Amino acid sequence: MNISFGSVSIPFLDIFYIIIGDDSIKESWQTIILDFRIPKAVTAIMVGSGLSISGLLMQTLFRNPLAGPFVLGISSGASLGVALLILGSSVFGGIFLSISFSNWAIAIAASLGSFLVLSAVIIAANKVRNTMSILIIGLMFGSFTAAIISVLSYFSEAQEIQQYVFWSFGSLGNLSWDELAIFFAIYILGVLGVFTIIKPLNSLLLGENYAKSLGVNVKQSRIIILVITSLLTGVITAFSGPIAFIGLAVPHVAKLIFTTSNHKILIPATALTGALVLLVCDIIAQVPTSEFTLPINAITSLFGAPIVIWLLIRKKKIYV
Amino acid sequence: MKTNLKNIVLSTENLSIGYQQKKAKTIIADAINLSLEKGKFIALLGKNGIGKSTLLRTISKVQSPLSGTVFINDKNLNQYTNKQLATKLSLVLTERLPESQLTVFELIALGRQPYTNWVDKIATQDLNKINWAIEKTEIKHLQEKRFYELSDGQLQRVLIARALAQDTEIIILDEPTAHLDMHHTYKIFQLLKKLVKTTTKTIIISTHQINLALEIVDELIIMNGNDVLSGETQKLIDSNKLDALFPKELLTFNKILRQFTIRKDN
Repeated sequence: MNISFGSVSIPFLDIFYIIIGDDSIKESWQTIILDFRIPKAVTAIMVGSGLSISGLLMQTLFRNPLAGPFVLGISSGASLGVALLILGSSVFGGIFLSISFSNWAIAIAASLGSFLVLSAVIIAANKVRNTMSILIIGLMFGSFTAAIISVLSYFSEAQEIQQYVFWSFGSLGNLSWDELAIFFAIYILGVLGVFTIIKPLNSLLLGENYAKSLGVNVKQSRIIILVITSLLTGVITAFSGPIAFIGLAVPHVAKLIFTTSNHKILIPATALTGALVLLVCDIIAQVPTSEFTLPINAITSLFGAPIVIWLLIRKKKIYV
Repeated sequence: MKTNLKNIVLSTENLSIGYQQKKAKTIIADAINLSLEKGKFIALLGKNGIGKSTLLRTISKVQSPLSGTVFINDKNLNQYTNKQLATKLSLVLTERLPESQLTVFELIALGRQPYTNWVDKIATQDLNKINWAIEKTEIKHLQEKRFYELSDGQLQRVLIARALAQDTEIIILDEPTAHLDMHHTYKIFQLLKKLVKTTTKTIIISTHQINLALEIVDELIIMNGNDVLSGETQKLIDSNKLDALFPKELLTFNKILRQFTIRKDN
């Protein structure tokens, strides 16, 4: 479904033949499907489910419905990395000028940035006992990096700012199969990790003291949750830009639809919902039958926010 | 190590409790020597702010002692991992549960976590324990409800059921009747008393329902000032140990009525 939409329309049946390896279809269509649309659909699935799972983990860990994968400053870290790369080149002179900003350079800058900010947050998290403080520390890192980016933008040229803004729109496309392979490897690592912490996640629903009395090593589980979230969100942001809204909203949608707090059901449910939501958003972003492609980041919020508001008004209650 | 003549499940040796902030120690009580027997219903009494919660937190390893040792089944509390301790001692806390959509059954089933495998699969024996706990606390009609739909009294029974499902020798409850009216307070006390009688569990509660506790429990732990006393209820009454519980100007302990009364000359 998702694959069939784009600026060139290709019939369903032909897509099917291309996927099963029939060479008789037009070669340009084959290229479009195999090198662009399938990677994009795979990216959408990984980004959607990964961000949603991260959001769920954060909401359970912080027992706060407003928590999302980006509250820990991961996206601000990635943004800072990319901003330093793109905007910093003029501010700091010619060091970076020779580098053309390929996907790789941006991905590496984003990963480094989010890794650094996240390490700072995790180190801070180890020093404070109160989980709420970690949330606030994450938010503070966020405003701090936002401030640095403002300063950088002020001294940058219009073209560079434009390039940075385009990155911050988010994008599911432009990934080669090589990049996709690395993305996939880290994604799987994160998702497998989630299954090792289903028990602590469930007992954390009773609060940290009860979890501890049930034999959970709360401090260790907290670090595992933070590491998984940073892995998933870090790699997603690195390859697709800071995609807003999904991580915060999808877990709520899943909780409202499946009416459970049990993570054994909630984790696959959230992953599935997230993947679906992002695939649909991507179809909308293509603006079917037209040649435009809208920024994915705008679509997720534009169509997602009203849906969540509607769900909340209808069900009237929100859960952590 | 003491000789274990009387089936002591929990004991303390020169225990000193309080808070350590950097180098400043705040001692709440010290030289606490308790030995609590198996199959007893024990109430911890003391006025507000005297350190009842701190004592309960220390003997349940939520916080560390300043000095001294806690023994559970003659083994030092520090030598238990969280998981081992979870099969010996369960808690019912005063704190509010975070909001979630857990059903009563799911909440009680969480009590089985120390025994379940890594994906928390409920095996037959887990299910038996859960159903047993539900039956004992008479909450079968509530088990499909979400916990936030319950009244305070019902929720307290559910939390007790969760602790029962955890299948531990010791259950510690911090002010289990704090938000309850007289009827439900009595019901909880009665339930705990019945549990102590029909199982061999040791139940320790902290409570302000002193008059009721004196009627029902087997033993008391009395905290006043730095002093922590413990013993059978009647012995403590006979030796006038309850008098020191509150300042004298308002309340006095009436030995005949076995309860605190308001001073007449006020």
